[in-house]
Amino acid sequence: MSLVDASRLDRHAYLDSVIHRLDPRAKVLATLVFILAVVSFDKYMVSPLLPFLAFPVVIAVLGFVPFGLIVRRFALALPFILLIGIFNPLLDRAVMVEVGGLHVSGGWVSFASIFLRGLLCVTAGIVLIATTSMPRIAEALGGLRFPRVLVVQLLLLYRYLFVLMDEAGRMRRARALRADTTKTSIRDATGMLTTLLLRTVDRSEDIWRAMLVRGFEGELRSPRRLQWDSSDTVFLVLVTTGCVALRMNPIANRLGGWILNP
Amino acid sequence: MHMADALLSPTVGMGFLAASGGVLAYSAKRVQDEGDDRKIPLMGVLGAFVFAAQMINFTIPGTGSSGHIGGGMLLAMLLGPYAAFVTMTSVLIVQALIFADGGILALGTNIWNLGFYPCLLGWWIYRMIVGENPTHARLSIAAMLAILVAVEVGAFSVAFQTFLSGKSELPLGEFSALMLGIHLPIAIVEGFVTLSVVNFVYRIRPQVVRGSLGIGQAFEQDDPSYKPLFGVALISTLLVGGVVAWFASSLPDGLEWSLQKILGPGEITETEDEGGGRLARLQEKTAPLPGYDIATATPETEGDEERAGGKQAPAAWPQVSGGKSLSGIVGSLAVLVCVCFTALVLVRLRSRHTQNPQREPPE
Repeated sequence: MSLVDASRLDRHAYLDSVIHRLDPRAKVLATLVFILAVVSFDKYMVSPLLPFLAFPVVIAVLGFVPFGLIVRRFALALPFILLIGIFNPLLDRAVMVEVGGLHVSGGWVSFASIFLRGLLCVTAGIVLIATTSMPRIAEALGGLRFPRVLVVQLLLLYRYLFVLMDEAGRMRRARALRADTTKTSIRDATGMLTTLLLRTVDRSEDIWRAMLVRGFEGELRSPRRLQWDSSDTVFLVLVTTGCVALRMNPIANRLGGWILNP
Repeated sequence: MHMADALLSPTVGMGFLAASGGVLAYSAKRVQDEGDDRKIPLMGVLGAFVFAAQMINFTIPGTGSSGHIGGGMLLAMLLGPYAAFVTMTSVLIVQALIFADGGILALGTNIWNLGFYPCLLGWWIYRMIVGENPTHARLSIAAMLAILVAVEVGAFSVAFQTFLSGKSELPLGEFSALMLGIHLPIAIVEGFVTLSVVNFVYRIRPQVVRGSLGIGQAFEQDDPSYKPLFGVALISTLLVGGVVAWFASSLPDGLEWSLQKILGPGEITETEDEGGGRLARLQEKTAPLPGYDIATATPETEGDEERAGGKQAPAAWPQVSGGKSLSGIVGSLAVLVCVCFTALVLVRLRSRHTQNPQREPPE
């Protein structure tokens, strides 16, 4: 995981755009609908998946999400998908598609499908987090009746995430400057983890005291309230109908048939 | 290892979302009932600690590769099972969203594999071995065994979920053997690191380790019963499995119907070959939704040689051949061109109407 990319992505969530202004609940639900529609396709489907690219692309453009960032994040998620997917061409060798004498096996078709699914799902997630800050998503989960404990937990975790990761980074650098080897032995790692853990426990005591002084009663209150507007309804309905329509109609095949035989 | 959206079927994804959601609701209630406000900031920073801890990579002896701790087991030893499960859930949500580890639909499976097994199953083993009087020896054995079991069960679970989803061709046996083998050295090293950390913490702050075991004041004295928990998980799985099954079984009909209209009758045929039948029977036994993926497409490995040698593979659904694949490819290219064109037009419109706020967002 790259800390730099993560914090860049995080900062994008605080920009302002049409997409940023939508209710986070609408965006979370729309993302789930989109992903469900994408993964519900049969494993040999490639061309019917392509039109789905329109959703993340349009939202990314409207929400000022840079494409370079999306590509880099996708590259990070890629190894696992490739590792599992690459077995399909090896195991499934029945010829499935034949174009101009080129035989393509079912395995390669399903591999392409897995790759495309990965691209669509990862991009949908990135577009969501780059237009909705983590605290807003936590609020959305609260609004969707998730347990309060989880919402508070997410808010606190996000608050201290980069603080503690910076601390771990400093420890790593301090060790690298003093140690005679780049490899961290298990003993060194244990020492570092314990130190970090004890500091973290101490920090939580300080935080607890500070929160008590400010009237903490088991819940963090947000100054903003969630406001569901007509634009949120329109957005959710648009995405849902779009996904259902594309799920039911393989428009790429139709378009291709129409281009070849008008 | 995180499960990815791309390898999941909607049934498996939603089923595990439901199961994890049920355990989450139960765990959240237990944490709330404890009413220990002091624990809430501790959970928050320990969640962040998991991320920081994963930045500290250590060398795995003998392999030359490096690994980091998963964190679920360590959380359970410090917070107790339920608070640890809630914390691990939040960690996995942030990993899926901000760090692109796993996916949004895959959250259910990842919370199950990396939250449920270490925090609840692993903790249960740990608690059984440590008992009422923790000693350093008992803590060490308990931590090592609990992590071994939790990591290996989680690794098998990834293979099983992939197999159930039916997107990958990997056979369950080979895939799970591979996963268990890869994870064994990782589990041993993680177990070793975790037991060292726990022993260290026990020496310096014994109350933290004792508190999570229910020996201190923080927990009720009786051994927490797991029966209601498994009940909740089972019922929510069945419930949502049923709902999803109902939706999914009505959906393919609609889809087949529309495809039949487009492609003409007789295009959609089903395989009844040896391998497909075997797999389908297994899936009927295991999946909450029999025949969901299988009825549609399964050219299995065994039948392939004869078929590939002879003629076109008979029954991949929908049968793609000759002209149809060409039109699919041409259409796909056309769609890509359309998407790119729309994006370009939108960028133009955007820069005309609004000022791009900043090239680089504010620090």
